[in-house]
Amino acid sequence: MPKGRVVIDEELCKSCGLCVAACPTKVLSISDKVNSKGYRPATQAKEGCIACKMCATTCPDVAITVYRIDE
Amino acid sequence: MKEVLIAERPKSMYKVSTHYCPGCTHGIAHRLIAEVVDELGIQDRAVGVAPVGCSVLIYNYIDLDWYEAAHGRAPAVATACKRARPDLTVFTYQGDGDLASIGMAEIVHAANRGERISVIFINNAIYGMTGGQMAPTTLLSQRTSTTPYGRDPKASGYPIRVAEMLSTLAAPGYIARVSVVKPKYIIKAKEAIKKAFLTQIEDKGFSLVEILSTCPTNWGVSPVAATNWVEEQMIPVFPLKEFKVPE
Amino acid sequence: MGERVLMKGNEALAEAAIQAGCRYFFGYPITPQNEIPEYMSRRLPEVGGVYLQSESEVATINMLFGAAGAGVRVMTSSSSPGISLMSEGISYIAGAELPCVIMNVMRAGPGLGGILPGQADYLQATRGGGHGDYRLLVLTPGTLQEAIDLVMKAFDLADLYRNPVMVLVDGFMGQMMEAVEFKAPEKLELPDKKEWAVGYRKERGGRTIVKTLSLEPDPLEEHNRRLQEKYRRIEKNEVRHESYMMDDDVELVMVAYGTTSRIVRSSLKALRAEGIKAGMIRPITAWPFPYEPFKKLPPSAKSVLAVEMSCGQMVEDVKLGVAERFPVHFYGRCGGNAPSVEEVVQAAKEILGR
Repeated sequence: MPKGRVVIDEELCKSCGLCVAACPTKVLSISDKVNSKGYRPATQAKEGCIACKMCATTCPDVAITVYRIDE
Repeated sequence: MKEVLIAERPKSMYKVSTHYCPGCTHGIAHRLIAEVVDELGIQDRAVGVAPVGCSVLIYNYIDLDWYEAAHGRAPAVATACKRARPDLTVFTYQGDGDLASIGMAEIVHAANRGERISVIFINNAIYGMTGGQMAPTTLLSQRTSTTPYGRDPKASGYPIRVAEMLSTLAAPGYIARVSVVKPKYIIKAKEAIKKAFLTQIEDKGFSLVEILSTCPTNWGVSPVAATNWVEEQMIPVFPLKEFKVPE
Repeated sequence: MGERVLMKGNEALAEAAIQAGCRYFFGYPITPQNEIPEYMSRRLPEVGGVYLQSESEVATINMLFGAAGAGVRVMTSSSSPGISLMSEGISYIAGAELPCVIMNVMRAGPGLGGILPGQADYLQATRGGGHGDYRLLVLTPGTLQEAIDLVMKAFDLADLYRNPVMVLVDGFMGQMMEAVEFKAPEKLELPDKKEWAVGYRKERGGRTIVKTLSLEPDPLEEHNRRLQEKYRRIEKNEVRHESYMMDDDVELVMVAYGTTSRIVRSSLKALRAEGIKAGMIRPITAWPFPYEPFKKLPPSAKSVLAVEMSCGQMVEDVKLGVAERFPVHFYGRCGGNAPSVEEVVQAAKEILGR
């Protein structure tokens, strides 16, 4: 299984949760932080990202960058 | 160990926060257009026509030449732009109120003339910007701010199936209905948008992609519940398929 | 060119547009202007242009928005009810500062009214019709030759000021025939459309947005201020009129434009024959209206008489020009009727008590 890393722009995120729902390995969650607009941004809270890009594909705010980690 | 960037913001999209509500799928449709523009390498010759509705400010997000049309008239504006400049790739971005209510004459006749334009039609079964009133695509029994008891076909007719209706015309080259509510649909939606643009670029006629979208705010549900509602309620009424493809 | 030919008004208007470099025409059929689109549908393909019969006047005017926004010379023609349908779009075109030419071959109103000539769209043309603070340059030719010359000028004025220009004629002008000559207009230094039109991103080194929305009050007020400055410039530079028999001893000053000005001209001669000294001021631009000549009426003048094929529209501008220094009278016919020379002479005599 490929490995990946998700970077979420905390200021662009509106906490809609679509990425959390779309993630097949459930590594994303809504954080406790609050951004300048008052939203709690999503974040990669756990290891186990498989670089499938489903989160970035479904993000309406283009807040997500995904890296594949090649060993 | 090496990190390879595999998903990022398209080049033709500004890095700004949108005015859309959390979970509104306009942003996904915008991104898909920007990705297609980048992949086709047409940023310098693509011209968009913005509608009236929530997405009037689309030009703040996608870095292209734009028109901002009067309500419903985007196909007329796009028609003339394309006739004047056939070398440009001209597309409209319209919601269901803009395209299927006030602008129904313009879309039907642009399609019927086979104008070499591409239409991105966002169907979320409701008026967004004005606050959740009934749209021509509102489902039967769906509650909106102007159908508080649910849409009654006796009083306000049935949801209009735009893709099917326009598919009865001879001139259109490509007509498809897609959705952007979950990744599996989004990938297909992007393919459809690309096909629509290519239909125009290859001079194969009018093209339209109807995109089933959400409006969590005016539907009064969470963004995730809204995506489920599209799957469970909208897709059965508005089936996803390619209705016309260029020969 | 240089040859005099007998032409029908509507066709002369259309040919003048072609010779002015108009290559795009969008329109919807309506009487009494149909010879314009018919002529364009025949002529434009010959010169590499585009003729498109749209689905409605509403679509038409938005096609003008699209073509003008792409930086090409474009026009439409219609008649009164059609112009009403276009009025919303005209407001957008004026707001976005797009150049185009709109011909209104006026018929009698209100509503469907009739298909016979009228001049009852004067206020619509000069005071708006659409919403917001905008102005059209409104040209009101009195002969077909002047119509041709003004149509050629209209495209330049539209480009020069980035503003829609209306050519306002009545059904008589559209349907009558006169000998005309197509003379090449003087070449004007015009701004480069690539600076603002869509489709020149590379040349310009950046994008453009052809738009009218401005959600913040201050930028919108600023946009309006800039538009008003432009309108003041147009008022200063483009106002035109012609005076007839406005001798130092003139007693009655008549005011008329278009077809009615021809009737009044005949009336002036009839009145002179009876020893009544009448002259005429004929506006060639309805907006900007020639207020200036009304400020300089000779001391001999006693009264002013506006004659129109309406129930009294231009007369409001005449009153603004006269500013209550003289009594202003009105004589008009409507419904498709025109004032006769005899009626005008009679009205003039009654005013002067002769």
